[in-house]
Amino acid sequence: MKLHEYQAKELLADYGIPVPRGKVARTPDEAHAAATELGTKVVVKAQAHTGGRGKGGGVKLASTPDEAREAAEAILGMQLVTHQTGPAGLPISTVLIEEQVDIARELYLSVAIDNSAGKPVVIASAAGGMDIEEVAESTPEQIHNQLVYPHCGFQPYQGRALAFATGLDGDLLRPAAALMENLVRAFNENDGAIAEINPLVVTGDGQLLAADAKFSTDDNADFRHAKLTELRDTSQEDAREVEANEAGIENYVKLDGNIGCLVNGAGLAMATMDALKFEGGEPANFLDIGTANSADAVVAALKIIGSDPDVSAVLVNIFGGLARTDIIADGVVIAKNEGLLPQPTVVRLAGTNVEEGLKILDESGLDLIRADGFAEAAQKSVAAAADAS
Amino acid sequence: MSVIMNEDSRVLIQGFGGAGQREAATSLAYGTTVVCGVTPGRGGQVINDVPVLNTVREGVDQFDANIALIFVPAPFAADAIIEAADAGIPYAICITEGIPTLDMVKAKAYLNQSETRLIGPNCPGVISVAERARAGIMPVDVYTPGSVGVISRSGTLVYETVDQLTRIGIGQTSSVGVGGDPIIGTSQREALQLFQDDPDTAAVVLIGEIGGTAEQEAADYIKDMTKPVVSFIAGATAPPGRRMGHAGAIIAGKAGTAAAKQQALRDAGATVVESPSQIGETMQAVLQEQGLT
Repeated sequence: MKLHEYQAKELLADYGIPVPRGKVARTPDEAHAAATELGTKVVVKAQAHTGGRGKGGGVKLASTPDEAREAAEAILGMQLVTHQTGPAGLPISTVLIEEQVDIARELYLSVAIDNSAGKPVVIASAAGGMDIEEVAESTPEQIHNQLVYPHCGFQPYQGRALAFATGLDGDLLRPAAALMENLVRAFNENDGAIAEINPLVVTGDGQLLAADAKFSTDDNADFRHAKLTELRDTSQEDAREVEANEAGIENYVKLDGNIGCLVNGAGLAMATMDALKFEGGEPANFLDIGTANSADAVVAALKIIGSDPDVSAVLVNIFGGLARTDIIADGVVIAKNEGLLPQPTVVRLAGTNVEEGLKILDESGLDLIRADGFAEAAQKSVAAAADAS
Repeated sequence: MSVIMNEDSRVLIQGFGGAGQREAATSLAYGTTVVCGVTPGRGGQVINDVPVLNTVREGVDQFDANIALIFVPAPFAADAIIEAADAGIPYAICITEGIPTLDMVKAKAYLNQSETRLIGPNCPGVISVAERARAGIMPVDVYTPGSVGVISRSGTLVYETVDQLTRIGIGQTSSVGVGGDPIIGTSQREALQLFQDDPDTAAVVLIGEIGGTAEQEAADYIKDMTKPVVSFIAGATAPPGRRMGHAGAIIAGKAGTAAAKQQALRDAGATVVESPSQIGETMQAVLQEQGLT
């Protein structure tokens, strides 16, 4: 789950990480009041789950409370489009009003999981305020890492090593090392996936400040973070994906094509998309139905697919292991009979209980397009989509 | 010979609930030695002729269990993995999906100082076909004995691959599902090493996915292998920044793309297929080319 910048900063502040003074506003009047209260020049920042907000017009400077109100008027209610959002953009219902910061230096600091090492890693760079992927590619010598060992935790010397490597020496050495330790603590105690401060600013008067912050958490650990999960903002997610989540389908991703896919297993679901593309088609979604231990779950998933106006044909591709093909077949028949799946539908079943599954399809008398192997399923789906659109 | 599972495998099932019991029955019918289930507090029961114990230690002491197959729910699964390792079980195979990553960080740190090898989590398990030794959730009908090893991050793509191979008459030694999570016990590289060292395996199918750099690390090892490798990378059409079902399947940076992984594997000498439907036929061609059939 992703947090908004203001939520991430509140979290970091709880761990003793210095952040700019700021207030959240949901109306232009609140923005005016916030700027008045801060009593200084401010920056008005759209709160959205995306990078590149400045370029998209989501960040504005304001010298007076009146200017802050104007800026908020322009930003609130907009659909913010950035290189990460797609053409529809993201709705903005909240702005963060923050004091303007006197910036002497910008650095980069983050904690993430290093899959190969199997441990969290703290990443620091003197090249702050930039896309860290680009820095890593063009000047890898500017990226410095320290792994966090689970048995002893992040050690002060590791913080000092990163501080020295990024020029945070002298009076900044100890505060920088402490800030890193606190960021690791925030990451570990909240089951972080990524905790990123970019830029980490050194102010004109020599203070460290988290000028921007991103924090996302491990969804698998939601069960032990009831309070944190209340911060989820579904307005920042695809409506169809939210609907799928609410129906208990966790692994649905909306895509641009016109062939709806229902598949079991993430790997097979991705491979199904690849196979459609290989045969000249375009998938409308990724959907991993998982173990699918009830026909209801299958019907709910098919309803999501069937009601997508972009979908002109559907491919059900199941290779049952834990998932049972007879349950999937039941779900397909119910969805068809209830009119939830009006599009031409290709069904390919293999694996656990496949004879029962195919029998259910046969006895339904429904006009389903049957496919035997993977390639045939993809080809028939592409053909069906072409005929239908 | 085979990989991980063999005729001496004695399977203990941790989390002996619905799925564990069902898979135990399938494995027993297949011919695998399933010695006991472990559900804390249910010790002393016997379910479908399988004795239930309270602890993994008891399973080792009483039944010489040497494979721990784990179905324990995600919030408690890391504990189950560490319990298996602490009991000295040589192989722990974890099916559970959705274990918090930081739990796996701890479990992995513990495993690194133990003798136990973990396979998974979030995997379909391991099967050795000629020995009829199964610890996992894979459908058994698709397998036929032979000389090809199968490695995959995805469970269903193991079945798909094995099915394609079997349909054209190519049998398998073992299949190893390494798991779809960011942090896993046995990497693709390590699984390749196991098959390289297995005298009965002539060639290997490696099914990777977008996200991470495990395929590049596997490619590094393929350079040193004497056995041919056919590979498919799932997720070539996946958009960047989106998690595609598996917690590990998310493109963050160029190394995580299918294109980068395909290139690394090709450079290492693997035969990379573009469509998942070409895996079987391509392996057939490679085997014929190298005189291995």
